[in-house]
Amino acid sequence: MEGDIAQLGQFIGAGLAGIGSGAAAIGVGHVAGNYLAGALRNPSAAASQTATLFIGIAFAEALGIFSFLVALLLMFAV
Amino acid sequence: MASGTTTVEHAADAATHGAEASGAGMPQLDFATFPNQIFWLLVTLVVIYFVLSRIAIPRISAVLAERAGTITNDIAAAEELKHKAQAAEAAYEKALVDARAEASRIVAEAKAEIQAELDIKLQKADAAISAKTAESEKAIAEIRAGAVKSVTAVAKDAAKEIVSALGGKADAKAVTAAVSARMKG
Amino acid sequence: MATEAHEEGTGLVFHPLDQFIVKPLFGEGPIHWYTITNATLWMALSVVAIIALFVLGSRGRAIVPTRTQSIGELIYGFTYKMVEDVAGKDAIKFFPYVLTLFMFVLFSNYLGLLPMSFATTSHIAVTAVLAMAVFLTVTIVGFVKNGTKFLGLFWVSSAPLALRPILAVIELISYFVRPVSHSIRLGGNIMAGHAVMKVFAGFAAVAVISPVSVGAISAIYGLEMLVAGVQAYVFTILTCVYLKDALHPGH
Repeated sequence: MEGDIAQLGQFIGAGLAGIGSGAAAIGVGHVAGNYLAGALRNPSAAASQTATLFIGIAFAEALGIFSFLVALLLMFAV
Repeated sequence: MASGTTTVEHAADAATHGAEASGAGMPQLDFATFPNQIFWLLVTLVVIYFVLSRIAIPRISAVLAERAGTITNDIAAAEELKHKAQAAEAAYEKALVDARAEASRIVAEAKAEIQAELDIKLQKADAAISAKTAESEKAIAEIRAGAVKSVTAVAKDAAKEIVSALGGKADAKAVTAAVSARMKG
Repeated sequence: MATEAHEEGTGLVFHPLDQFIVKPLFGEGPIHWYTITNATLWMALSVVAIIALFVLGSRGRAIVPTRTQSIGELIYGFTYKMVEDVAGKDAIKFFPYVLTLFMFVLFSNYLGLLPMSFATTSHIAVTAVLAMAVFLTVTIVGFVKNGTKFLGLFWVSSAPLALRPILAVIELISYFVRPVSHSIRLGGNIMAGHAVMKVFAGFAAVAVISPVSVGAISAIYGLEMLVAGVQAYVFTILTCVYLKDALHPGH
């Protein structure tokens, strides 16, 4: 086997960081699902909260993007 | 590791030894390109800002305001026309009601006139009929009186003849009395 | 360093990040700050597209708009309403600024989705400048408008007194993390989408799985169309939220 232990660590780390994307997916799904549940209970208030929905999704997704970034950094930049 | 060896060689190498180029790191972290990107980004943003704020936004807001004005005017005009139409309809309704009233008045008048005429005619006719009736009754009474007289005379004559035929002497006065008595009875 | 990894195993060659390389458009040479690069080209194209939409599209100034003009009016009305609703009526004077950011991000995102194009917003240098511009504007406007009262943003007066210093630290950190998350969210989303598409494109080299690969690229492309719009929207609406904090710092 070629390569060194550092490279092994990089790839393992990148793979672990990839889990974060899945966690962010759970978060985004949670936000969207709760929005939908609320919207079905009170459809008249749904339209006014679309902006809040997108802000919530953006915040949840940003953290997933951070983990993706960590993975990319480990793969290509370290 | 990434920053030093970037730029052209990498761009050129990218075609042939892509793996090597990408292996050198993320292009996003290639700090040698940062001044370039930031400079052109600022140029771009300034150009967009001036295009939008000097040309596009005034123009579009003017168009939108003009459209809103036009729509408001049109709605006002439509409202006015609607009012006019309503007034016309009201006038029409009023004329119709008036005409109806006039017509019924004329009908009533004509009816009353006809009734009056009819009454007069009826009275006249009644009068004529009753006159005729009286006349006829008179004539009938005359005829009846004449007939009674004739019958009396005939009966007297007949009674005289019968009496004389039977050989008796007919007393005129007695016969007349007898006949009169019979006639009454 | 990670080079050998690409050529191991199946022999597939992935270089999903090559599409982000900035290179000079004409000739070769080092990239100076004034060099015309592919990034410059696609930024210029976004300017051209914006001019085409907003200036050429509305040159008729028609009361009954043409299709292009009505798209421009739609975007104008959408952004105007967003600024008004989210940031408040007195933020309207920042409307050209917000519209500039929104238009640049939107057009860069969508132009970046064209095949063979270069996604300028996938670069952290670009998004960081955009986010820092928003951050600096918000901070300066906040202090100019409200003076020291702007610091009330970090002092949560509705919380119990004992908790306030801790909350102040958290608020302060979250305030300074704003430009970081603001820029990385946009850049990361665009970069991730493009990289994923490139990875799937790499699989297309194997004949057996190439139909799956093409299908997956199509699906991801559809998703990226959505993401490009949503990220531009999110970037703009967060700008509006931050502006609201600057103009009305009370909690």
